[in-house]
Amino acid sequence: MQINKNIAISDSGFIFNPSSGDSFSTNQVGLDIIRLMKEGKKNEEIISEIVAKFSIDESTVEKDLGDFSLMLRSYQLLNEND
Amino acid sequence: MSKLPYERPFIQKLNTGSMNKFGTKTEFAPVTHLDGVAVKQISEEYGSPCFVISERQIRRNYQNAVRAFKTRYPKVQFAWSYKTNYLSAVCNVFHQEGSWAEVVSIFEYKKALQNGVEGNKIIFNGPDKSLEDLKLAVENNSLIHIDHFDELYMLVGLLEGGKQKARVAIRVNMDTGIYPMWDRFGFNYENGQAWNAIIKILAHKELELVGLHCHIGTYMLSANAYATAAYKLCDLALAIKAKYGQAIQYLDLGGGFASSNTLKGSYLQGADIIPSIDDYAEAITSTVLNSNFPQDELPTIILESGRVLIDDAAWLIGSVIATKRLSDGRRATIMDFGVNLLFNAFWYDYKISPAQEFTHHMEDMVIYGPLCMNIDCIRENINLPLLNKGDQVVVHKVGAYNMTQWMQFIQMRPKIVMVDMEGKTHLLRESESLDTMMVLERMPDHLKKIK
Repeated sequence: MQINKNIAISDSGFIFNPSSGDSFSTNQVGLDIIRLMKEGKKNEEIISEIVAKFSIDESTVEKDLGDFSLMLRSYQLLNEND
Repeated sequence: MSKLPYERPFIQKLNTGSMNKFGTKTEFAPVTHLDGVAVKQISEEYGSPCFVISERQIRRNYQNAVRAFKTRYPKVQFAWSYKTNYLSAVCNVFHQEGSWAEVVSIFEYKKALQNGVEGNKIIFNGPDKSLEDLKLAVENNSLIHIDHFDELYMLVGLLEGGKQKARVAIRVNMDTGIYPMWDRFGFNYENGQAWNAIIKILAHKELELVGLHCHIGTYMLSANAYATAAYKLCDLALAIKAKYGQAIQYLDLGGGFASSNTLKGSYLQGADIIPSIDDYAEAITSTVLNSNFPQDELPTIILESGRVLIDDAAWLIGSVIATKRLSDGRRATIMDFGVNLLFNAFWYDYKISPAQEFTHHMEDMVIYGPLCMNIDCIRENINLPLLNKGDQVVVHKVGAYNMTQWMQFIQMRPKIVMVDMEGKTHLLRESESLDTMMVLERMPDHLKKIK
């Protein structure tokens, strides 16, 4: 699962999709996940990095990542060819 | 290095050009304490969900209502509407403050007696009074508010040939410009039915007509409707005096004053559109004072307010069971309380606050209850912080009707707690258990074994 290459992400969690003109805001965990996705990390790697950084268990992150990916897809921020 | 606090990942599309012209606040201050007691402490001690009632707020509401009426009119009496919340501890707070009891069934009637209310301070309303019920009410010298001719004739039959007398009033229904008109209760004013009932009562010396009663609706958004109701009751009372020389002792204007909850579909918040208790008081008292009663024959004004006196004196603490995503992308949050506990969620958009700190991120969501039934929806659309399983919330202004209309359906009913004037908590009602449910069930012998 990869984030579209042309998506612009700021440090404060502001996201801009130049192809649609849509902008979004995300929180710290969302920002980290999007960055890790952009780096081409797989789901398992993303989960372990989030668990290492934040005070949370693996199964919760797995559940939340699934839901977050669903939202990224619905906002057309994911590369569907991936 | 310690880890950072986790918040569920969240992404929101930013929309420009569609700002709310009323600038409604979207950030939610967490409600961590109820009447000075920590939500966490209450749920640890009494579990979740749990109703919490504030004795202080009940007394404050009652005293404010009494002030509004007594500063405008010399003779005022409140009677606590049992059906609104008949937990005995709640009733007794009102009785301690000086309220009589207003009941609508023999169950409520006996509860009032059990609470120590004197029989002559119980108003017996409602369409369902059996012969036995009426007998008990007559023996206790209670005020019987007759709802229909069948009740009137039953009462006449009960007292005929005996020495006992009954103190009665009739319930009058009328057009006050409010829709729907509650004409299913009592005798109609406009078509002469009420006057007909009055003549019949006056013809029976065993019935003492002491009052006139009306109850024009519920959650009334117009104080003027009460002025109309008071005018019509005054008209009847003055006509009785003129024709039969009998003074009516009291006019009972019933209840129906709105609480500050927001009705579903309302454009503005409830608090912004409801009349104040002073508005209602002004409408009623000025109408009675401007009628032609001689000063020494001014009738007592009785009020049977319920909702307005108790709604904002109770909260429901609940917890998040799960969060999920609906097919259309909306967030759904499932709580451990539903319409089984909040019956009034069918017509109120209850205010719900988180009970712990959150970041500034908010999301729209649907709030569902725990019942495996599609109707179990508490809020169809609400903006709240990113709730997670186990997080706690506080539902506001749940004091009226929920603790009487609640259902033992699928789930059992939880504890009810009161915070007293000193900030101490008291258990008012135990949570139900399987034993509570089974105590009334009976099993035929041939069904006791399933193998």
